[in-house]
Amino acid sequence: MSFITRGFSGRSRDRDPRLPPGQTKVEDWPVLSAGPTPKVDPEVWSFTVTTETGAQTHWSWDELRALGLEDIETDIHCVTHWSKLAMKWRGVPLDKILAGIPTHAGYVMAHSYGGYTTNVPLPELLNGQSWVAFEADGAPLEPEHGGPARLLVPHLYFWKSAKWVNGLTLMDSNDPGFWEQSGYSLHGDPWKEERYW
Amino acid sequence: MSSLPVEPVETRSPGEPPAAARTAWRVGTVIEARPETSSARRIILDIPDWPGNDAGQHLDVRLTAPDGYQVQRSYSIASAGLGSRVELAVDELPEGEVSPFLVEDLQVGDKLEVHGPLGGYFVWMPQSVTHDLRPVQLIAGGSGVVPLLAMVRSHAATADPTPFRLLYAVREQGDVFYRQELLQLAMSGLTLDFVYSRRAPRDWPVPAGRITKEALAAFAIPASEKPRVFICGSTGFVELVAGWLIELGHAAGDIRTERFGGS
Repeated sequence: MSFITRGFSGRSRDRDPRLPPGQTKVEDWPVLSAGPTPKVDPEVWSFTVTTETGAQTHWSWDELRALGLEDIETDIHCVTHWSKLAMKWRGVPLDKILAGIPTHAGYVMAHSYGGYTTNVPLPELLNGQSWVAFEADGAPLEPEHGGPARLLVPHLYFWKSAKWVNGLTLMDSNDPGFWEQSGYSLHGDPWKEERYW
Repeated sequence: MSSLPVEPVETRSPGEPPAAARTAWRVGTVIEARPETSSARRIILDIPDWPGNDAGQHLDVRLTAPDGYQVQRSYSIASAGLGSRVELAVDELPEGEVSPFLVEDLQVGDKLEVHGPLGGYFVWMPQSVTHDLRPVQLIAGGSGVVPLLAMVRSHAATADPTPFRLLYAVREQGDVFYRQELLQLAMSGLTLDFVYSRRAPRDWPVPAGRITKEALAAFAIPASEKPRVFICGSTGFVELVAGWLIELGHAAGDIRTERFGGS
């Protein structure tokens, strides 16, 4: 039930069909985070998956990368209305990380250095839909963009792609993460504009 | 959008509606618009069904062209509390699409679609709600002062006893948002410090230049007093200041940040 804003014509009609509703294309890469940027050394970085029974599997930096890096080209969409198109990423698919881990859980909480959390349904992380990413546009991820490693779940708003990621906890229930407790959508599909509760 | 939680997110008081009812698309009418600086404009909206907002929250503005083309942007809210009067201060980005319209073309009487209030983390609430006695240090870079102004106003309006200090980094005096109001607040409970990057006023004790770690140490509440810190500005500014605060001994969990988004 929008109405025409008096006097507004807009800059361009060449709207890129890759842009979800309410999004604007950016060429730079804005940074959004709720606190200071953690500085994490790959030497001490580790990644832990915890199942719903409490069983844990750990990987070092080299061990996780040895599971197999893939090159990905994808668009990313931030809930604050910017999208960055055709970015090149490199990371290990969660399919390979979760392959040998027995679980009946339906949901995942991603955890980060610094304490950030975000929740995603497990099926939305599998079948080539998510990665632990180490590089973007041909360079190691900068700390302010989540380096040395961040989750990459490009089909959901980008707060789901947890910066400084260091683990996943498999859950039976869809518990809300950090921004989700603050009013952001439990799911976050940009094509459905699932921004807020 | 990722981050550093640490403290639990404040919950709403009993009896207040849940977020679902609080955030919705609403129609606001421009009741006042005037230049704030040479590049920024203060815009006051009357939004009859506005549920009130906490200090530091933001809203989305949606503009619609005659052919249905739409754009949305997020803006911090300069006002706080109950009531239908919602204040924005918008800095015009030369290459922008929405800010030039809001600063140059929007007129008193025009209607705007807004969605909010939004954001529950970069907010300050009075001591009577949080029972948090620690002092508060606010650090603004340029137009990043807007959500911090809402906190300063809320602090004054509720006669909150929390020690409040604002460090405001700005290019020159003419770029200071809400200058008169800040100077008045500085006479009644707010400690106010300016750092000028391009040109300092005559006789200013600190020469003009980008903010330094030394200036930060001199003008911010020391880590020994365990202040809660709110920083808002460009990414470069926030990265720099937050990094220095950590080096100066502040706990990461005491620092909350907000950065300008893209375009």
